[in-house]
Amino acid sequence: MELKLPIYLDNNATTPCDPRVVEAMLPYFTEKFGNAASRSHPFGWAAEEAVDYAREQVAKLINADPKEIIFTSGATEGDNLAIKGVFEMYASKGNHIITAVTEHKAVLDTCKHIEKLGGQVTYLPVAEDGLINLQELENAITDKTILIAIMYGNNEVGVIQPVREISKIARKHGVLFFTDGTQAVGKIPVDVNADCIDLMAFSAHKMYGPKGVGALYVRRKNPRVKVTAQMDGGGHERGMRSGTMNVPGIVGFGKACELCMNEMEADAARLSKMRDRLEKGLLELEEAYVNGSIEHRLPHVANISFKYVEGEGLMMGFNKNIALSSGSACTSASLEPSYVLKALGLGDDLAHSSLRFGLGRFTTDEQIDYTINAIKETVTKLREMSPLWEMFKEGIDLNTIEWAHH
Amino acid sequence: MAYSEKVIDHYTHPKNVGTLDKSKQNVGTGLVGAPECGDVMRLQIEVDEATGIISDAKFKTFGCGSAIASSSLATEWLKGKTVDQAMAIDNMDIVEELNLPPVKIHCSVLAEDAIKAAINDYRVKNGLPELELEEKKH
Repeated sequence: MELKLPIYLDNNATTPCDPRVVEAMLPYFTEKFGNAASRSHPFGWAAEEAVDYAREQVAKLINADPKEIIFTSGATEGDNLAIKGVFEMYASKGNHIITAVTEHKAVLDTCKHIEKLGGQVTYLPVAEDGLINLQELENAITDKTILIAIMYGNNEVGVIQPVREISKIARKHGVLFFTDGTQAVGKIPVDVNADCIDLMAFSAHKMYGPKGVGALYVRRKNPRVKVTAQMDGGGHERGMRSGTMNVPGIVGFGKACELCMNEMEADAARLSKMRDRLEKGLLELEEAYVNGSIEHRLPHVANISFKYVEGEGLMMGFNKNIALSSGSACTSASLEPSYVLKALGLGDDLAHSSLRFGLGRFTTDEQIDYTINAIKETVTKLREMSPLWEMFKEGIDLNTIEWAHH
Repeated sequence: MAYSEKVIDHYTHPKNVGTLDKSKQNVGTGLVGAPECGDVMRLQIEVDEATGIISDAKFKTFGCGSAIASSSLATEWLKGKTVDQAMAIDNMDIVEELNLPPVKIHCSVLAEDAIKAAINDYRVKNGLPELELEEKKH
């Protein structure tokens, strides 16, 4: 097969829609365009039926009851609804939330908002491998704690938190457990019952579904969990999320979940093999390091630092042909390198030198071969141009140099 | 973020990458930036003692494409100039030549700093007083 460029290896940012998903969605834009809340005519009935079916498909993927699925616009909304909704609903029980420093901004910024409202938030640190310490988690619980919010799999390094151990601690202390499952659901088996998850946000566009649709799982039994709606309106989704249902999006989300259900195991096995090959190839370079736990990691993710070259400069060498992300400052507006990598204890220099690889369902072996070669070539070329590499080769300890800080 | 043609050209075909012998009396070396900030530039000039003209310039840069292009361009401009003429190179000239967007202006400032640091190193080596440099915002 001929290699088509550019190659997409940024599947943690978003995934392409599976053509089977698009096919399932199409009728719901045109002939089946009804509002799922229209109870009085066949257009509405067809839409409602489609939403009900999708709700079953979504629920099945995470072993939930369809009634426990609240459709949202995506994981950011789910994160907001879960955290703010619990904070409001359980105000009489307490005002303390525990989260971790490596969470997605949708969780961290929501927690910052909670603090402004008078809530208390504990931000747990992580170890070098990206995992939280369970003892620290348990120690942080007070009689005011109402929620533990720890993500399933991390978007930057792919590290999988010990969800079952976390939920065990949450149960023991009568605290609700919310997890941001955006990167994990559809990629690895996630079972809300076996994992004892009370609330979970996830999104369609990270699992080959469309953008603009996601779900919040809200447990109905043992315990029955409720969240205060964050949007007022028609009382859709059992009063927890008002707004006309995005029927085509929801249909696509359902189909995407069904495909993941059927293909996840094979996809994960194939992708982890490819990922390992990619990693092995790139680690043949000197001074290249994998960031985060290798053992507890999503099968399709790798985050690697190439010391003495800068991430954005590195990506420029191939970004016309390979789509990737970097933890370098220069790719964000903030000029600060990735807070996740820094939380893992990486120095700013290594954080600046990192690349994130997100493989996906449509990644091929040929693409991996091309990527290994292109990156090795660029790293080697840029190191020839790097004063830091020259100093390293001369045996100069970079920490002994007095840098002019700006 | 799209790069200008000129930045891409300097990045793909950088001019004057390399190292001059910094122990030589007529070589000035400037090392600016910091690894933690994501940019380090080392710029060197070799001055023809008879004419006072910069006969060679080399750079090595750790940084983004704009930082590499800024330093590559700087070495091109330095060659053939007198030390005094080199002092007059302004970061905004680099910004203009490379069409740098506002978020990349700090790359040009770094290049200007590197030029001045190299000249000062040369001056100090040759018994001349260090020039006072104005602080530019990065």
